[in-house]
Amino acid sequence: MINLATSLGQTQTPEAVMFWILGPSAVLAALGMLLVKKAVHSAILLAWVMITLAIFYIAQDAVFLGIVQIVVYTGAVMMLFLFILMLVGVDSADSLTETIPGLRPIAITAAIGFGGLLVSLLGRATLGRQMVGLTVANTDGNVQELAKKLFSTYVWPFEVVSALLITAALGAMVLAHHQRTIIRPTQREQSINRFRGDSMASAAGLPGPGVFARHNAVDVPALLPDGSAAAASISATLKARGDVIDSRIFELSEVDTSVEEEK
Amino acid sequence: MNAANYLYVSALLFTIGAVGVVVRRNAIVVFMCVELMLNAANLAFVTFSRFNGNLDGQVVAFFTMVVAACEVVVGLAIIVTIYRSRRSASVDDASLLKR
Repeated sequence: MINLATSLGQTQTPEAVMFWILGPSAVLAALGMLLVKKAVHSAILLAWVMITLAIFYIAQDAVFLGIVQIVVYTGAVMMLFLFILMLVGVDSADSLTETIPGLRPIAITAAIGFGGLLVSLLGRATLGRQMVGLTVANTDGNVQELAKKLFSTYVWPFEVVSALLITAALGAMVLAHHQRTIIRPTQREQSINRFRGDSMASAAGLPGPGVFARHNAVDVPALLPDGSAAAASISATLKARGDVIDSRIFELSEVDTSVEEEK
Repeated sequence: MNAANYLYVSALLFTIGAVGVVVRRNAIVVFMCVELMLNAANLAFVTFSRFNGNLDGQVVAFFTMVVAACEVVVGLAIIVTIYRSRRSASVDDASLLKR
């Protein structure tokens, strides 16, 4: 029995150089993805793996797939991942403690077994002939030949996939849809509430945040005429996040306002 | 270089992705590991397409990409929904049915 290593053809030297640079870097990046703590770093490493795979595709005469890989994966999918990461909270580092005791050793043992099995299988498998290569299959150009396949042999899966895409888009919309639990107050009702509420203090709207020489930001409260800070001038979201600067340091009693008299 | 080396890379990436799905707890990272596994399978498809000299492998890889895109859209929508109700994206926190 001849194994895959001898029965297959050898590649050209430039491709070999490319492979030995990019292949290990892809595997290392994937390993790093497992080991880094922050999800954003994982995402960046995954983007690198995907770009590497795109280069592999192009090197293997799958030009269309290589471009699609860059456009769809590193472009759209990774962007979506990063978008959701920003939405869910970037700084939420994954705690690396195990919740199921002994999970990690078992997982690593299973992975070594599985990976070892795959690699040894590949080492012993045989194709029975030389590598054919895609020069004949790509005579009219990779995109044209792919299109011929896609719109003749694979036209039914192609249609099914389009249905799948529509279903996924609908599903995402249904999942992202948020049912209101209370009826949204109209402008008229808001106005009535402002003027018929307990106090008229907010009748003209809440005060805006303060703008000072030291801080020019929405996290600084405005000062009331008596020099005390107006708590209502800070957005409730910032307060909930804890991003508000303590208003007391801005109160006039604390700030040195004495002006030296010129003589 | 032997062209089968691409298959070894594919196998390693798939294994690493599988470990990530089991070990990591942040739902988004778990999801990224699933993507890594899909990509590894795609690399194997493209390599075998080159071995056999026909483009069917590439067509299948193309379909895999479409399915992966659908999966990302729905999966991330689910993660956002879970995050909205539980304020956490950890897969261990969403174990309400256990209790």
